[in-house]
Amino acid sequence: MTTTSAPPPQPEPKRRVGDRVFAGSAKGAGILILVVLAGVAVFLVTEAWPAFTASPADLAGGEGVLSYVAPLVFGTLLAAVIALLIATPLAVAIALFITYYVPRRLAAGLGYVVDLLAAIPSIVYGFWGIAALAPALVPFYGWAERNLGFIPFFAGPASATGRTMLTAGLVLAVMILPIISAISREVFSQAPLLHREAALALGATRWEMITMAVLPYGKSGIIGGAMLGLGRALGETLAIALVLSISGGISFNLISNTNPGTIAANIALQFPESTGLDVNTLIASGLVLFVITLAVNMLARWVVNRRADFSGAN
Amino acid sequence: MAKRIDVSDLDIYYGNFKAVEGVNISIEPRSITALIGPSGCGKSTFLRSLNRMHEVVPGARIEGKVVIDGQDLYGSDVDPVDVRRQIGMVFQRPNPFPTMSIYDNVVAGVRLNSTKLKRAALDELVERSLRAANLWTEVKDRLDRPGAGLSGGQQQRLCIARAIAVEPEVLLMDEPCSALDPISTLAIEDLMTQLKERFTIVIVTHNMQQAARVSEFTGFFNLAGVGQPGRLVEFNPTEKIFSNPDQKSTEDYISGRFG
Ligand SMILES: Nc1ncnc2c1ncn2[C@@H]1O[C@H](COP(=O)(O)OP(=O)(O)OP(=O)(O)O)[C@@H](O)[C@H]1O
Ligand SMILES: [Mg+2]
Repeated sequence: MTTTSAPPPQPEPKRRVGDRVFAGSAKGAGILILVVLAGVAVFLVTEAWPAFTASPADLAGGEGVLSYVAPLVFGTLLAAVIALLIATPLAVAIALFITYYVPRRLAAGLGYVVDLLAAIPSIVYGFWGIAALAPALVPFYGWAERNLGFIPFFAGPASATGRTMLTAGLVLAVMILPIISAISREVFSQAPLLHREAALALGATRWEMITMAVLPYGKSGIIGGAMLGLGRALGETLAIALVLSISGGISFNLISNTNPGTIAANIALQFPESTGLDVNTLIASGLVLFVITLAVNMLARWVVNRRADFSGAN
Repeated sequence: MAKRIDVSDLDIYYGNFKAVEGVNISIEPRSITALIGPSGCGKSTFLRSLNRMHEVVPGARIEGKVVIDGQDLYGSDVDPVDVRRQIGMVFQRPNPFPTMSIYDNVVAGVRLNSTKLKRAALDELVERSLRAANLWTEVKDRLDRPGAGLSGGQQQRLCIARAIAVEPEVLLMDEPCSALDPISTLAIEDLMTQLKERFTIVIVTHNMQQAARVSEFTGFFNLAGVGQPGRLVEFNPTEKIFSNPDQKSTEDYISGRFG
């Protein structure tokens, strides 16, 4: 009922100090991450550039940077994939066991023990791999060569030291197990009671309940955990450098002494004695590792988002 | 198919807390039995003890007897999974599986029962169950969409379709209409009236008119006091409960003079 045509001034929406501080620090942290990421990328590209432009003959191996990096990429991926194939099902099974099969008091303790695996330094895993796991696997490798030799993976000749690609993959598997199982456990325990009860009321056994209401709900968590594990496996340096007997080349043979190296282990082993162009070559391989890890993470995002409307996260 | 349920001296516990005490009731086959009573008096708890869903809660247990057609439901050789396959349940809050399509939700129970049905038979079953739940026309063009994308009332009808798709012998419904509009509610009530030709139905409801409209028998649960276990105060034919109940507290509750 005012006579003036101007609308009454809207009261300024009151912004509380806490909100502003939180919004500011969240934004700052986000920007900081991007800056660090960009900085790393710029460093890698500028330092790697000479290796790409130099004449192939000047580089280690003498055939250009790509043929230098290719076996390393292959070795990196092979070791990581072996680790992932072994660790993911095992970690999911452990997580399910702890969340749905073990009495609650025991579950906390068991979960804690699995988490402790993540606290072991990778150098210790490396020693364990060389000193305990590798010798223990030697008889198995001999058996595999004799009986499974027709499969290229087990073509042999079997390693007498056990320092094979498969041993390296197993060590990596143990190392990434706690990450995957911790994240799986977290999402499994959050599967809504409402839907678990819906399954049980239809006459589902415990396992059927898990397949109907827990695993579908936890799928993106499993994938996320596996990708984190993959990230660690791709970048793992010390354990591989210690365990794997490296000779270069590309080979699917998992039980022999002649194995491709991995990018990270190769950098660690070569860097101290490298100068000049060799350093640039190593950094170029680091750049490739960076790109692979980035691609893996983007792929994981894409997989997780693809069926988002079926995810049950709402 | 329909079965008779006899409950004697049933006490129901959550850990050390006795939630329900001393229930004796006989539920007739091919009829609708309504359970009414104030909030927290143990209606859901009692209902869940009839298909052994109660024991899903850690520490929960019962004492007493539940007998279905002569078979002791809690006998040592009885597998709760088998019990739940014969006794279907619709929950207070709609709970379709969010990761499954509407179609897969309807056939979820059938797939569990491991009867391998042909695609055509499944299609037919889905249509029949959804029609029976009064949902078919609304979803027939999007059967492959997630069940969680439906409205609350549609989700509840989907859950009813899922429960009746397996042709259970007994259907337990815990306030199935509390999220529904009056038209869907009437449709569900019609549906119950049809289903009782084949099934035994037990329904928990806060809606007196609904109990009066659909049920043959009504049980009134009440709390003796705060912290006390709930009890079945009166169990009688619905007509009698709503016209001339035996207990004063029943009359008070029904006429809204409760508390
Ligand atoms: N999971 C549980 N753990 C412990 N106590 C529970 C649990 N569920 C229910 N109770 C208790 O058991 C008693 C009966 O609860 P119940 O859910 O059966 O009531 P209700 O009659 O269904 O109420 P409403 O009409 O509000 O649904 C209440 O005191 C409640 O607090
Ligand atoms: Mg209830």
